[in-house]
Amino acid sequence: MLATAAFLSAAPPSSDKQLSIYAPVATYTLPVQERSGHEYIGLLELLEPLGRVSSDSSGSRWRIRYNNVDAEFAGGKARCKIHGRDFDLTAPFQIENSRGYIPVASLTTLLPRFLGSPVNFHDNARRLFVGDTSIQPSFQLENGPPPRLVLNFSGPVNPTIATEPGRLRMVFKRDAVVSPGNSSIVFDNTVITQASYSETNGTAELDIDSASPLLATFGNGGKTITLAAAPTASASTSTAAQGTTPQSSQPPSAVAHKPLAVIDPAHGGDERGAALADNLAEKDVTLGFARLLRHELESRGFAILLLRDGDSSLTLDQRAGAANAARASVFISLHAASQGSGARVYTALLPVEGESRGTFRPWNSAQARALAMSRAVANAVVNELQKKQFAAHASPASLRPLNNVLMPALAVELAPGSNGIADLASANYQQQAAAAIADAVNSTRDRLGVQQ
Amino acid sequence: MIPRHLLLSVTAMLVLVIGMGFYARHMRHRALEFETTSAELPVAAPASGPTETVTLYVADDAAGVLRARAAQIPLPGGRQQRAEELLRALLRIYQQPGATHTLTPAADVRSIYLVDPGAAVIDLNAAFADQHRSGILTEQLTVNSLVETLAVNVPGVHRVSILVEGKTRDTLAGHADLTQFFDVQSVGQAVAAQ
Repeated sequence: MLATAAFLSAAPPSSDKQLSIYAPVATYTLPVQERSGHEYIGLLELLEPLGRVSSDSSGSRWRIRYNNVDAEFAGGKARCKIHGRDFDLTAPFQIENSRGYIPVASLTTLLPRFLGSPVNFHDNARRLFVGDTSIQPSFQLENGPPPRLVLNFSGPVNPTIATEPGRLRMVFKRDAVVSPGNSSIVFDNTVITQASYSETNGTAELDIDSASPLLATFGNGGKTITLAAAPTASASTSTAAQGTTPQSSQPPSAVAHKPLAVIDPAHGGDERGAALADNLAEKDVTLGFARLLRHELESRGFAILLLRDGDSSLTLDQRAGAANAARASVFISLHAASQGSGARVYTALLPVEGESRGTFRPWNSAQARALAMSRAVANAVVNELQKKQFAAHASPASLRPLNNVLMPALAVELAPGSNGIADLASANYQQQAAAAIADAVNSTRDRLGVQQ
Repeated sequence: MIPRHLLLSVTAMLVLVIGMGFYARHMRHRALEFETTSAELPVAAPASGPTETVTLYVADDAAGVLRARAAQIPLPGGRQQRAEELLRALLRIYQQPGATHTLTPAADVRSIYLVDPGAAVIDLNAAFADQHRSGILTEQLTVNSLVETLAVNVPGVHRVSILVEGKTRDTLAGHADLTQFFDVQSVGQAVAAQ
């Protein structure tokens, strides 16, 4: 299930270039554009999850303000001004649809000027570490029998795990895992023979070579992964799972203790949602908000399926379909509005629908059986938001895809706080709301369960 | 040397030409303004009939609720026409300056079809939806306001569908789902619980 979640959350196809950013406040992935042989990244999208940011453009001039740092770029020019100082870019600045793109190779020069702190960029793999966020692995082999390899990490991790003949593969898409020192470690054991580390296209990978299939179990709050040779019966299951779709090799008990939350940043792509301000679209606020909520829920032990992790389009049916297929425990759709204040929490207002016949449920009222639990979660979210001084209220709304999902589902519409519209783009404001939602969902986790 | 009278004549003509230019521009602006205003005004004929007291459910954006408000409006005899005038009276409240929930002045109800048993179909004009503000709260308040006002004042309506220019539309302004029938009882419970 977790592997399916990770597979679905990869909004751009795996062949697309992407850049992963690991920062103390958020971990996220952005698509990389190629122009004239150079790789580019959207500067606004890059900074948005990290702090308060705004931009505007006039003609070929493009300005951005991140917290208290002002910068000015010019389309087609390889020179920019940040906080009054001139800097050279490795390739000309690009403006497309009022969005500014900087060369990826210039990140190490430019980002410290905005963030005021050093960054570590693995340019070959396009992995960017802001501050001290890297997670170091170490290995400890216990010869057994049966032999076990204990992997200790300096922080919690949640890799996608896949098996293939003679190898167990762990892909760290959202974890700031770095090299253990050597790219390859050989073990003096006939079953577990070697561990090798590699990183590419925004992800890190640990491959464990073994003579027999391995099973992974998590412990120590996600900081320890123990690999042991699988019993014979499990070995056949593992082999049967070899296909084009990666399958999780975590035992059912590990999965059962880690409920899956689906986060749906509403709108995206051509569908911008509400125009919250001249340069602030709802789709951008919901994405930043979703990334923060992902971080908050992950830190509380939830597995996450983020329905889009970039500016991509998804139909409402696709969103509901992905959540239902993943058999998630809870579905949270995120919206933003310029009217009202605080936050509104919505559950489905079900339409008039015929009786359910047999096993199948009507698509437009699939939510019916989970509605009572949805309301319980929504009330918990309202309570937590109010504790954090948000004006909050729960009510039903005819809002898709809430009525199409089988699991408890709610939508949160974030509205301005005391600072007006500026709050909606504020990472701090979003962070408080995300923490309240995560606390509330976590408080109901015992009642969520895994959907059948 | 240019004669003095020729210089004066040319200057006077130049002043006249510039003045006419400004006047023409002013008149063009007024004409456009009149055209826009005329196009935005609803063209429904004023209702005639005995005045009746009805209950309108008026949205309040700031509080996020509907408030029941008694109003006296002339209602025609036919059931369908009564329903249309009822919602037009509601829309007029939203189109007044300082309204607690606003709709564009061009928003109108094209017609309402009452289909037995118990179904009502509200057909809105394009301006109603195209110029509606986007957001879950504001869109849902509009929908609830239309459905509840209709259901309370027109007996026998159990489910309501909303069309725009005679066609099904996915959402009102990006959020409120318009593809399904609204269950009057569910909407009523939501309004009562607010």
